[in-house]
Amino acid sequence: MPAVQETVDQVRRIDVDQYKYGFETLIESDKAPRGLNDDVIRFISAKKNEPQWMLDWRLEAYRRWQTMREPTWAKVHYPPIDYQDLYYYSAPKKKDGPKSLDEIDPEILETYRKLGIPLREQEVLLGVQRPAGDDADGEGQTNGKRVAVDAVFDSVSVATTFKEELGKAGVLFMPISEALQEHPELVKKYLGTVVPVTDNFFATLNSAVFSDGSFVYVPPGVRCPMELSTYFRINERNTGQFERTLIIADKGSYVSYLEGCTAPSRDENQLHAAVVELIALDDAEIKYSTIQNWYPGDREGKGGVYNFVTKRGDCRGARSKISWTQLETGSAITWKYPSCILRGDDSRGEFYSIAISNGHQQVDSGTKMLHLGKNTISRIISKGIAAGKSQNTYRGLVSAHRKAKNARNFTNCDSLLIGEKCGAHTVPYIEAKNSSAVIEHEATTSKISEDTLFYCMQRGLSQEEAVALVVNGFVKDVLQTLPMEFAVEAQKLISVSLEGSVG
Amino acid sequence: MALLEIKNLHVEVDGKQILNGLSLAVEKGQIAAIMGPNGSGKSTLAHVLAGKADYEVTSGQVLFNGEDLLAMSPDERAAKGMFLAFQYPLEIPGVATMTFLRTALNAQRKKRGEEELSPPDFNRRVFDVAAKLEIDRDMLRRGVNVGFSGGEKKRNEVLQMALLEPKLCVLDETDSGLDIDALKVVAEGVNRLRSPERSFVLITHYQRLLNYIIPDVVHVLSRGRIARSGGKELAHELEARGYAQYQEELAS
Repeated sequence: MPAVQETVDQVRRIDVDQYKYGFETLIESDKAPRGLNDDVIRFISAKKNEPQWMLDWRLEAYRRWQTMREPTWAKVHYPPIDYQDLYYYSAPKKKDGPKSLDEIDPEILETYRKLGIPLREQEVLLGVQRPAGDDADGEGQTNGKRVAVDAVFDSVSVATTFKEELGKAGVLFMPISEALQEHPELVKKYLGTVVPVTDNFFATLNSAVFSDGSFVYVPPGVRCPMELSTYFRINERNTGQFERTLIIADKGSYVSYLEGCTAPSRDENQLHAAVVELIALDDAEIKYSTIQNWYPGDREGKGGVYNFVTKRGDCRGARSKISWTQLETGSAITWKYPSCILRGDDSRGEFYSIAISNGHQQVDSGTKMLHLGKNTISRIISKGIAAGKSQNTYRGLVSAHRKAKNARNFTNCDSLLIGEKCGAHTVPYIEAKNSSAVIEHEATTSKISEDTLFYCMQRGLSQEEAVALVVNGFVKDVLQTLPMEFAVEAQKLISVSLEGSVG
Repeated sequence: MALLEIKNLHVEVDGKQILNGLSLAVEKGQIAAIMGPNGSGKSTLAHVLAGKADYEVTSGQVLFNGEDLLAMSPDERAAKGMFLAFQYPLEIPGVATMTFLRTALNAQRKKRGEEELSPPDFNRRVFDVAAKLEIDRDMLRRGVNVGFSGGEKKRNEVLQMALLEPKLCVLDETDSGLDIDALKVVAEGVNRLRSPERSFVLITHYQRLLNYIIPDVVHVLSRGRIARSGGKELAHELEARGYAQYQEELAS
């Protein structure tokens, strides 16, 4: 029976320390009963009106999950999670929306502005009803480039923008629940083919209970006319967020996709266990960028999101390319290894990462580059920045299989320490199973020196401005790989997440 | 009123007394040279004026334009017009020199409640000063001091000085590591900045720099205090006779 929460039409600000996105939106929601069993999975599947094969798939995943154990190899520590104490489904109730931005609490608008969501998307997120045909006024443009947004609130997708225009180009961009209704054959063909149901504890849990996420299909030869973006937010208390993203770039196509994440500040920990699957066919290219800013917990390390995410791209076709760019500043715990399977000959995988940890955050992140095809190339640039009492680990695997003739990898892994109480760790695994593979690994660890900060301050920068400047210089190589309009946002976020990191 | 007034300054580093009752006044528009042997406290003085941590002022006072300088953070001092040209300028990889200059200038202007400079105005000013210092635009695009030669680093310091328009410029051993051509370029840059409104403190071991930047007064620093003051001819005397006599005078 769905529980109903009180409706309060204001945004309540909780003590947020440095976290700027810690507001809770109190709205009515539909929830599944607490805990996990076959009935909850049937409930989720029924809510989504899913075909029988999808329900069977979920139930199979759930049976499998019950036999699995949580992995313990990562360098992160947290108390045991009680999986029966969580809600696995929560959806905002549909109501009539306000008619224009003027009717919305200015505080909410201000918060969306801080989140960096373009105005047109704000309207959609807030449920403003606009007359049909009023879409092309260009308010959704950032720096002249349009971005289509899919917003996922707790478990379900609440809004997708620019759908019509994308449709003209033949691009499908919709919640995965909708794709299951409208294009079940595509979902069935690709779902679970990159991250199998049995892949790992968290991915298997996701397979059983995922409630929504984004689905993208770009037809052969099409260059997606705009950036696609998903905005995830965990809102409900004790609710796990298990979104599932599936992106397919058919032969010769191109798509650039960005996800952004925030959550309210809460004392208890929230679980986020997403799965992202990318499939690039012959000559296709997928660029996937993440700005992850889940609530990191307070100054004492209380609360914060547990981020256990499985992201993997399959360069299935020859000459295909997948590139991951991530800016990780949030979460109490990050357990995340966006990877590339370089199956197609001459395919290419890239991983660019900035992982910033402050306070009591723990990050164990990196990538896997699995070279299966001939002449495959991968490139890894990882910049880890540890401040406060945080621990920041890079963990990466580069593997060249027997048939991967002339596989090449270059890895550069730099760590920067701020202060005396943090730690940076690098754990590279390298496997070469054929003699023609060339694998390079470079790593450095450095500290922001007092002298450098003093030099900047002597020129007029405050201590925090000085740290932000030095860090921005440190991560420049990776920032450059973000889409232009998000690079600026990312730069600001870096400054915010390092506040209070020194002195 | 003197622009800078140091009264009976005592400073310790790691429990060791470095400045030992130093008193000194620098008038507005004056160029004061501070000369002294190694270990006399020259660089300590420069760092204390700029506000570097780890220097403990145990007694004494420093007034800058009549205000208590020691109570201000380094960035506040900078915004009030205190500039230190470093003996060893720091490298900041990944931060273009242009970005650094713009960030610094705007940070100071913001602290003073002034408008930020528009990008075209800013660029014009930088390119103008850079040309006079023989700094090419390629250097401005490179990371701050990264891969710069010793001479380039010092010219970059003078560039920042010219751009930030401070009231007091403290030059800490700016001549060290410079060949004669580079020294001339730097000295010309400094001379162009001379004005009745701007004072300089030239900290140097050698008289050489003072051939190109003519000081109004010369102070001899020895064992943490001013041992003697005089006109520019004092520098020549030091060059000829060395610092030995001052160390003995103080010791006796």
